[in-house]
Amino acid sequence: MRDRTALLAAPAALLIAALFIYPFAYGLLLSFEPPKGDWLANYAQFFSSDRLWPTIGITLKLALPATLINVGLALPIAYRMRFPSRRQKWLTTVLVVPITLGTVLIAEGMLTYFGPRGWLAQFLQLLHLYDGPIRLTHNYWGVLISLVISGFPFAFLLILSYVTGIDPVLARAAATLGAGPWSQFRHIYFPLLLPGLAMCFCLAFVQAFSVFPSAVLVGAPAGPTRVISIAAYEAAFELYDYSLASAIAMIMGFVQLAIVALVLGARRLSYRGPVTGGKG
Amino acid sequence: MSLAVRTWRALLAGVMTLFVLNIGLMIAAVATHSFARRWLGTWLPDGYTTAWYVSAWKEFQLDAVLWVTVEVVGAVVLLSILLGVPAAYALARRDFRGKRALLLLFLLPLLVPPITYGIPLATVMYQVQLAGTLAGVILANLVPALPFVILVMTPFIEQIDPNLESAARVLGANTLRVFWHVLVPLLAPGMLAASLLVLVRTIAMFELTFLTSGPDSQTLVVALYYAVFAAGVRAPQSVDAMAMIYMAVTLVWLLIALRFVNPTQLVSRVNR
Repeated sequence: MRDRTALLAAPAALLIAALFIYPFAYGLLLSFEPPKGDWLANYAQFFSSDRLWPTIGITLKLALPATLINVGLALPIAYRMRFPSRRQKWLTTVLVVPITLGTVLIAEGMLTYFGPRGWLAQFLQLLHLYDGPIRLTHNYWGVLISLVISGFPFAFLLILSYVTGIDPVLARAAATLGAGPWSQFRHIYFPLLLPGLAMCFCLAFVQAFSVFPSAVLVGAPAGPTRVISIAAYEAAFELYDYSLASAIAMIMGFVQLAIVALVLGARRLSYRGPVTGGKG
Repeated sequence: MSLAVRTWRALLAGVMTLFVLNIGLMIAAVATHSFARRWLGTWLPDGYTTAWYVSAWKEFQLDAVLWVTVEVVGAVVLLSILLGVPAAYALARRDFRGKRALLLLFLLPLLVPPITYGIPLATVMYQVQLAGTLAGVILANLVPALPFVILVMTPFIEQIDPNLESAARVLGANTLRVFWHVLVPLLAPGMLAASLLVLVRTIAMFELTFLTSGPDSQTLVVALYYAVFAAGVRAPQSVDAMAMIYMAVTLVWLLIALRFVNPTQLVSRVNR
């Protein structure tokens, strides 16, 4: 009798194929069938229009700093918290809150708290740290702050799950051989963490690159934070040009893929192997 | 401990405290504003009232929105478990041709952000007239939920001793009975964890619902987006009241989920 167990995966696979692969393929084909012009007209329009082409740069200018801040802050803090403790449990629980609340609620909170008359502005003015008008919403900074608020906890939890997966015996072995805290990190943890860090960087970047609700709500969606997802949304749901919208979505996916391929390609240069110590 | 190490640790603690403190104050500001009679540029509002909750409930038709949210989230959890657990079982137990391709197929929807595939997906749904319907919103939300269940459940299934299934088969149980009497009871904790994680993620899933929903199929988070988007038309306090209602719904489920799962599981698969 043939084993049919593998067929149990068929319904799920069919569903994902129908709802994920098919729309992508359909979108790709549709992007080459513009209402007027030749088959590359959408792409030609994207790369020549002043309203569309700069959105890539605007998005990168938000996503790259946000990703660097998030991963750069999360790595030392997650490393510091690597041993199971009450503080670790408490912090992970607190940081999961902004992730689950989502960007829409963060945007509404920011409008109230970071706004020109919010508590933060009042506090800064009370201390005379900064006396000019404080504008942290409806501009570039608003979106960057919202990307850090939602992205940092994500990067932290992801890196923490990688760090805690590394056997501390390795570092202890290094310590008995005279390695200080910095060399333990530099020569033991860091090389083992690199693949995880690359993955985390990719995921954090891809999320930041597709920023949408906060770019509208706490940004300046007409100008400085007109990110690529806003352009795609406008093409689809305001101009009803699904062909152009698909083309923009494909370009968005392509840029994400290019960055991910670049980072993961660089990862291949680093160590890959077991992360646990053993006798022998 | 050297001075450098201590300074470094204090710095990290400082950054962390600042981050958590600001998020806490941000939530507190929304809470305060939702109860404020009038609050313009002072530390605390002039007076307090609960009237905004009543007006938010009426203005945003929250009873209908909440009902849609329950329907969408319930259907997504149920379907993703029903389809995801057997798929995870196949992936955990068998090696077959194309398994790597299948794993990639299930990983991709978690790696590609929702707005990127949401736009082509919504386009297809408008073609087949699924967009704007409840079924469309449920199907769209299954795209990230189903792979998530598969990735969370696979290690759970790998931990179960295959001998238990063989023993049941020797005693004459067919596949359905093995599933129902051996696997489901053993997998119950894993399934509970996966359901709760999907539940919390689906409540907060904005992009896909936003792109595929119509006026009658908005979930709470999409309704909140429109409320914030059109702020200025309505009193800001009633938008904040609605934000509080959304936050309460999410946090209740998050607290329940955290009793059964590790917080890191919300962002990644189980690592042990």
